[in-house]
This record gives sequence, C-alpha cells and structure tokens, in this order.
Amino acid sequence: MNPTEWITRRGVLGATTALLAAPPMIETANAQSGFDWRRFRGQRIEVSLTQNPRSQILISNQREFEEMTGISVGAEAIPEQQHRQKFAIEFTSGRPSFDVVGISLHVSKLQIGRAKWCTDLTPMIQDASLTAPDFDFADYGQGIVEYARQADGRLDTLPEFTDYFIMYYNKELLAAKNLGVPRSFDEMVDSARKLTDPSRQIYGNVGRGLRNANVVLWTQFLLGTAQKDTLNAQRQLITDTPDAIEAGRIYQTLMRDCSPPGSVGFNWNECQTTFMQGRAAMWIDGVGFAAPLEDRTRSRVAGKVGYAVVPRGSASHHCCMFGTSFGIAEASQKKGPAWLYLQWASGKANQLRYLTGGAGSPARTSPYRNEEAIKASRFPRDFFDTLVESAAISRPGLPIILPVTEFRDTIGTALTNTIGGADVATELKRATDAFRPILEASERAA
Amino acid sequence: MSIALSGVAAAGANPRRRNYARHYWWFVAPCGVVVFATILFPWVFTLFMSVHDWKLGGGRSFIGLANYQRLFTDERFGWAVLRTLYYTALAVVFPMLLGTAAALAFNRKFPLRGLARAIFILPMMATPVAVALVWTMMFHPQLGVLNWLLTSMGLPPSLWVYDANTVIPTLVLVEVWHWTPLVMLIVLGGLASLPVDPYEAAKIDGATPLQVLRHITLPLLAPFLIVALIIRTIDALKAFDTIYVITQGGPGTSSETINIFLYLNAFAYYNMGYASAVVVVFFLIIVALAMLLLWARQHFKDAA
Repeated sequence: MNPTEWITRRGVLGATTALLAAPPMIETANAQSGFDWRRFRGQRIEVSLTQNPRSQILISNQREFEEMTGISVGAEAIPEQQHRQKFAIEFTSGRPSFDVVGISLHVSKLQIGRAKWCTDLTPMIQDASLTAPDFDFADYGQGIVEYARQADGRLDTLPEFTDYFIMYYNKELLAAKNLGVPRSFDEMVDSARKLTDPSRQIYGNVGRGLRNANVVLWTQFLLGTAQKDTLNAQRQLITDTPDAIEAGRIYQTLMRDCSPPGSVGFNWNECQTTFMQGRAAMWIDGVGFAAPLEDRTRSRVAGKVGYAVVPRGSASHHCCMFGTSFGIAEASQKKGPAWLYLQWASGKANQLRYLTGGAGSPARTSPYRNEEAIKASRFPRDFFDTLVESAAISRPGLPIILPVTEFRDTIGTALTNTIGGADVATELKRATDAFRPILEASERAA
Repeated sequence: MSIALSGVAAAGANPRRRNYARHYWWFVAPCGVVVFATILFPWVFTLFMSVHDWKLGGGRSFIGLANYQRLFTDERFGWAVLRTLYYTALAVVFPMLLGTAAALAFNRKFPLRGLARAIFILPMMATPVAVALVWTMMFHPQLGVLNWLLTSMGLPPSLWVYDANTVIPTLVLVEVWHWTPLVMLIVLGGLASLPVDPYEAAKIDGATPLQVLRHITLPLLAPFLIVALIIRTIDALKAFDTIYVITQGGPGTSSETINIFLYLNAFAYYNMGYASAVVVVFFLIIVALAMLLLWARQHFKDAA
C-alpha cells in the first residue's frame, strides 16, 4: 500500500492528540498510585558532590532522573579536600549555591550537625505525599543509619555508601611462596616479611604512609586490640596507651620493613598503582578502590586479585567503616525537588549500580541479595562475600570529633616519623600531648 | 591686564567655581570603592579576625593578641618559617645563577638562536598545577621515569619527594625548571640595553672576557638583576601550588612552608582567627624582605 493512501488527515490529528495527551495521562496514573514524581517539574536544583566513582555513576545517569521528574539538575563533582572546604565556606555564608550536598560522615558529620546546615529528613521520609512508596527506608543498613544520625536524633543526611577496609591480595605472589591468606595481623607481618624481595622490587605489603591519610591504617590495627577506639567513654584521647603503641608497632613494621621505599608519601592512589603493577602482595584499604584492579586494560593483576576481610588482631576482630551521605541545605528554597533527587540518587537502582560496578558498597542491603546482578558482575564471588562479612565486623574508623582533620594530621605526622625509624611510643606520646588541648577546647565549645 | 585680573578675581569670588573641586570626588569614587572592597576591607577584616577565636561553622570570641602569642610558641609554625626561608633561598639563588648564565649565552649570536630562546622559555608558559602533576608522576620511586633514567645510567635511585631529607631540594628543582626562563628574559632585556662604549674601551685596553663580565657587564646589569631578584623572592615566598600538589607539605611536615601551614589552618582545620594571624605575620615578613631588596637596589643605583 502506498503510504500516502493510509496516512489520512484524521489519522494524523488523532495521533497528535494522543501524543499531547500522553504526559497528563501518565501524571494522572502517578497521582492515582499515590505518588507524583513530576510534582516539581520545571524546577532546577544544584547538586554538589565529591569526585569519586559513585558521583560519576550519578552524573552519567542523571538524565534518567530529569526525564522522570521534569526537574533539571546542575551537578558538580569536586575533589574531596576542595569539596569539604567549598561546602563549609558556602554554608557559613548562609546562602549556599547548592540544594543537595554529598558529605563524608567520618569527617563532616559533626560539623554539619552542630551548625545545623542540613535539614532534618525524618519528616520528609514520613510524608507519604513526598516519599515514593518503593523508597523503603528499612532497606538501609541499620548501622549506617545510626552512623548518619546526629546525637540529638536528627537524621540530617541520607546514607549513600559504606566503605569497609578489606584486604586485597595478589593470589600469584602468595601462591609462589606457598602462603595462605593471613588470618591475624601477626600472620600478616610474617607473610609480608617472607614475600618482600627488594632485589625484584616485590614487597609483601603496600599501605598509606602519607600524613593524614595514614591514620586510618593505624586505627585499623587499633581495632584489633582490646581498646579498639581512640577516645574513651569520657571522650578523652587515648592514643598513647599500650594498645595504641602495639597498633603503631604493627604499622611501623609493615611500612618500614615490608613496603616499597618512599611509602612515607603514599596515599591510596600510589598504593593502588603499586598493587596494580604486581609489586605488592597485600594491601589493606577501602573497598571502593577495587574497580581499577580488575580492569584488564590498566591492571597487571586483573583476575589475580583475592579479596578477604582484614585479619584479626590480638584481642578483637573489626574492620574500619566509613560512610558518605547526602544532605539538603537548610537554606535551600527547593527542599521538595531536592528530596526527590535524594530518593533517586540513593534509590535501589543506583545502589545496585554502585555494587556491581565496583564503585563501593552501597548503604542499602537489597543489592547484596540480588544474586542475578552479582553473577553478572565482573567481580568474583569472594569480593561480595568479603563485603557482607566486613559489614558484620565493622566499626567507625575515625573518632566522631569536630577537629578530625587536625587529629589525622597530628597523629599522621607521628606515624610518618615512625616509618623513618622514630620510636613509636615517643611519637604517639608527643602527638597525643599536642592534640589533647585541641580536642578539649573543641569539646568545651560543644 | 587689570581687566583679566579682575576677571580671575571675579571667578574666584564665584561660589560655584570655588566649590567645583568637590565634584571631582564622584569621578574618583568608583576606583575608591574598588580599592576599598578588594584591598582595604580584606585587610581590615583579616586584622579583625586575627584577634578573634574564630572557627568556621562555630562561634567567635575576642581574644586580643592570643593568636599572635600562640604563633610565637608554636613549634610547627617556627619550622614552617625556617623551611620557607630555606626553600626561598634555594629557589632564588639557582634560577638567578642559571637564568643569568642562560641570558649571557643567548645574548651571543649563533644559528637558530630564536628557536633556542623560544624552547628555553617554554616551561614558563606551563600551568603550575599541571606541571606539578606531571612531576609527581616522574618522582614516583618505583614507577617514575627519573629513577628509571638514574638506574639506566648505573646510578642509585632517589626517593625524591618521598623522603624528608630530599623533599625540599626536589621541590626547588621543579621551581628552577619552571622559573629560570623568567630570570633569563629579564637579564636578556638588560643586556640588550647596555651601552657599547665600555666594551670597546675594554677591548682597546686588552681586558679578558672574564674581566669584562666582572667589571662591566655585571655592574651595569645590577639594576636588572635586582628586579629579577625581587620578583623571584616574592614568587618563591608565596609558592603554594607546586608544593601543595606534589607533597601537601609532607612527608610528615617536612615540606610544610608558611603558605601550606596557613592553608591547612584556614581551610582544613577552619581556624580562621589563627590563620589570619599567620597572614599578618607572613605579610610583615614579605614587606621586610621587599624593603631590604629595594634598599639594596637604591644602594646599587647610588653606587653607580
């Protein structure tokens, strides 16, 4: 049939009318389901995120949110250090340029909570007209929700990501020396010594040595002691105790005797590069750094990486936990659209993308139960098992205090000095004495 | 004449003409506002903050000169001052020597001189942060190209910025690579403007090239060298981007200069009051050094 014969004027008019009527019909359907994703259509929100693989996932899928809601999003992703400064300064000004902000709970939670920079999300979560029926708040891990909640009970940020410290190991290097995966820190030190061969530029361990960044590796060792934490119940500093010194000695031995020269300046990225080149047998760090290791175009160890929970300490077994979350600026005039963005950004679909893409462990629990997606992932089964096992033994890796950066700098300098050969007990005592008045002043101000 | 004088007198007596100058202020006002907003107000506000205990996101309270007192007992600040002076001394002396030598070489005529000059000044065109990132990769102890080059030549590898003892000389190496061309350009401009007569006289008197350099070229170049010295000193004192990108003040605090210390206090610890006191003291150090150099410049002029 000739097209000109079956395309009639009446047909074109009918089709056009149907097309024009379609969006209102969808909206009506949404309204009938009790929730209207498009109620704020035509508005625009600004989103300020930290630059990391998760933000990249959100930004690259942002169109999905915009099409679903009709809200346009201006999103930026800034390197972590600069981002913290930016949002702190903008919040202080009273007129932040963003409606939604992504924060690190282990650094900024207390700062944001005390200044009340972000709005309490609890009323929105409980408002059925503002919260989608499938949002399912109970899906978030209870631990991370409590980690995000402020001391006064306000939930001013919505958990996004939980970072656990795990142990990455090079299966080939361990097998070559007939060594199993270490189950305790003592075994780890022993294996690291056996694996270290400077003449071949192969080292048993690689880890953070850079001031500030290195503190979390030391707190990982501290979590294996009876003391576990850096503050006591009275919120006093206990970083020069026998347990703290024991953790410092494990750190010093691994970093000084079993790590590549120059580790004193290594942050996670130098560690990652060294591990990817096959120069290090073991690496304890955050789970979010896994993706490039399995990238065959960039990594020499792709397919050879083993994943395990961190070894047990002398008195207990825990792994460091950190977290990130999203908040809505109290000063924002668009809290409704911003809340829709939060629901989408930390919704089940994006959280699954985080997990299967190796961008980190999601704050929700449902992705871990999605067997189909896990099977289709390029990560081996032990990666996912390690995440689930780590969640069960996780504890905060840093004290929840306001001057956390000063804490990391002061203790971090002491740890850096120990790599150079300084005495662990002396360095920790000096750092503790230096930081104690800062902490006390901060606690008094609170 | 008397008519003209009486005319002037009449004009002076006219109240409108007499108050005319007051309207000039409207023309100066825009500049005045800009100067106030961008120079005066920040300074006054910095002084105001420096006498307060002021935490970003927290409250503030007046504490008088306590921040300044703390500075003089803060060991970390003391080390930062010493490191800044050490870094500045190295980052001024080497570019000055190499830049002057390069200018003397490029002042001679040789084939492809223009191309050689252009290649020499290329580092100066590069963005400091981008340069710093490239050098960071080159300094990597295991994977960096510099250690590969050293070991290829049978030399032992270095830890470069990954060792407390070598970090500042290594950072100076980047600074020298980056800014020697600037000194070369200033000195080359000076050489082009030197008179020919003293050189002709020296030739007739049989002076050696070294004597010409020592007794004619360098004394005549002195004003240009002083300008280069002032610019280099101020640049080296305020160096931040390269150090921050490559080491962030580490390992430990071994490359923490005043700028890094100041930055950390202001934007990592959010101690705005204390950081403001550092700014004021740092400003006084820069002013003192600049005045010393300007005095030296005047001294050379008078001597000439």
